[in-house]
Amino acid sequence: MMSEPTHHEDVSGANKIKLVLAWSFVGIPLLWGVLNTLAKASLLFK
Amino acid sequence: MTSQAQADSGGLFSWLDRSHTVAKPGFSRWLVPPAALCVHLCIGQVYAFSVFNLPMTRLIGITESAPDDWKLTQLGWIFSIAIVFLGLAAAFTGTWLDRVGPRKAMFTAALCFGGGFLVSAFGVHTHQLWIVYLGYGVIGGCGLGLGYISPVKTLITWFPDRPGMATGMAIMGFGGGAMIASPLSVLLMDYFSSPTDVGVTGTFITMGLIYMVFMMVGATIVRVPPEGWAPEGYVAPTESKKLVTTAHVHVDEALKTPQFYLLWGVLCLNVTAGIGVLGQASAMSQEMFPGKITVAAAAGFVGLLSLFNMAGRFFWASTSDFIGRRNTYMIFFALGMALYAAVPWTGETGSIILFVAFYCVIMTMYGGGFATIPAYLRDVFGVRYVGAIHGRLLTAWSTAGVLGPVLVNYIREYQINHGVPKADAYSVTMYIMAGLLLVGFLLNWLMRPVDKKHHMTEAELKASMER
Repeated sequence: MMSEPTHHEDVSGANKIKLVLAWSFVGIPLLWGVLNTLAKASLLFK
Repeated sequence: MTSQAQADSGGLFSWLDRSHTVAKPGFSRWLVPPAALCVHLCIGQVYAFSVFNLPMTRLIGITESAPDDWKLTQLGWIFSIAIVFLGLAAAFTGTWLDRVGPRKAMFTAALCFGGGFLVSAFGVHTHQLWIVYLGYGVIGGCGLGLGYISPVKTLITWFPDRPGMATGMAIMGFGGGAMIASPLSVLLMDYFSSPTDVGVTGTFITMGLIYMVFMMVGATIVRVPPEGWAPEGYVAPTESKKLVTTAHVHVDEALKTPQFYLLWGVLCLNVTAGIGVLGQASAMSQEMFPGKITVAAAAGFVGLLSLFNMAGRFFWASTSDFIGRRNTYMIFFALGMALYAAVPWTGETGSIILFVAFYCVIMTMYGGGFATIPAYLRDVFGVRYVGAIHGRLLTAWSTAGVLGPVLVNYIREYQINHGVPKADAYSVTMYIMAGLLLVGFLLNWLMRPVDKKHHMTEAELKASMER
């Protein structure tokens, strides 16, 4: 299936913006969830 | 006409076809993990569904349950049905997914999962429980199964150099989804509640629409690599080594190998032990440390476990790229046995720190088991049908989802009924879980490469590519 490897990945400016947008789109809600969880978990050690 | 061509929808929905998802030159493979996370962060909501249980027992009475209100035992079935349909959908749609590609599968998953919420909202509004079972349980459950397996093969193909890390990132999202869904559900119910409404209908509609859009963003971003693509500097191995094959096994043939059933047992036992103790973590912490761990602190403890469950998915799956899948599971089972057996001792010493630490490490390995299995399957059966094989293997999860809680609850109840103090009733449970892990250790130890007679021939492989 990968007999003749081709390499065409580049991290151009446009790609960088897409990457930042895509990772922020999933990262921000996840970070919000993690912070909420940590706030609740802190009660365990009070 | 090939079945690939038949699978292409054409017209308005042609953008969903596999042929339209092939990446163009310059596409960064690092866009694929967030696409997968769009789906997994949404469907991970299932672990937070219990947040709706109490409000749904007050749909008529509003402030307290009325005689005609639904009972908790009836509501518990919503989650169980969803998990059963997750397993069934994953098992039966894997081959279809392989044919149509990830975008169509993710799009369908979005419609099912988001649509399931909308149908359930109607069920809540009309107070008909069977509609909620159908909506979230059956339709949503199918969305869960399809969504869970849809990005797996695509990620493995994009990251042949780090398949564990790639699938770990996506499956980490499934662990993290509940951490978003739980506070979001509470916020939305607060917003939609009124003196005549507990706010569940509005919350279901809003969450259904949010999840549908979020998952469709993932479906839009996802791409499959062009034929022959490989990451820069990566040279595909030409010879199989130990448990990592360069051959491919057809999904139907995989079911005829002992390796499939060994891995089924490995996953089932790892999940059974994890689910069993996860379900009783809150009660166990309060009963083992009476007066020291309050109800609120126990809720925080459960939240902490979710965090470690999520982190373990990424950590262990990534680690498996370096130490091998078999060794990773050896660690899960050996270290797991020691920690499960040592948990009662932490209660005797009264050390909350050790109790929490042991539990957190156990949870990383529970999550790690889920996240490492796709790469293990890829190593043993090859890439070609890994999505479909993974789907079939997830029936182990459905089985464990029933077995774990039943086993733990039954053992605990039996002991309490026979005069064992509540705080000590967990000891036997933990020792039995350690015993299950010993069986898992042996099954994993028995893993050997698949016999060559099961490998696809060049002609079969070529024919499967054309389909």
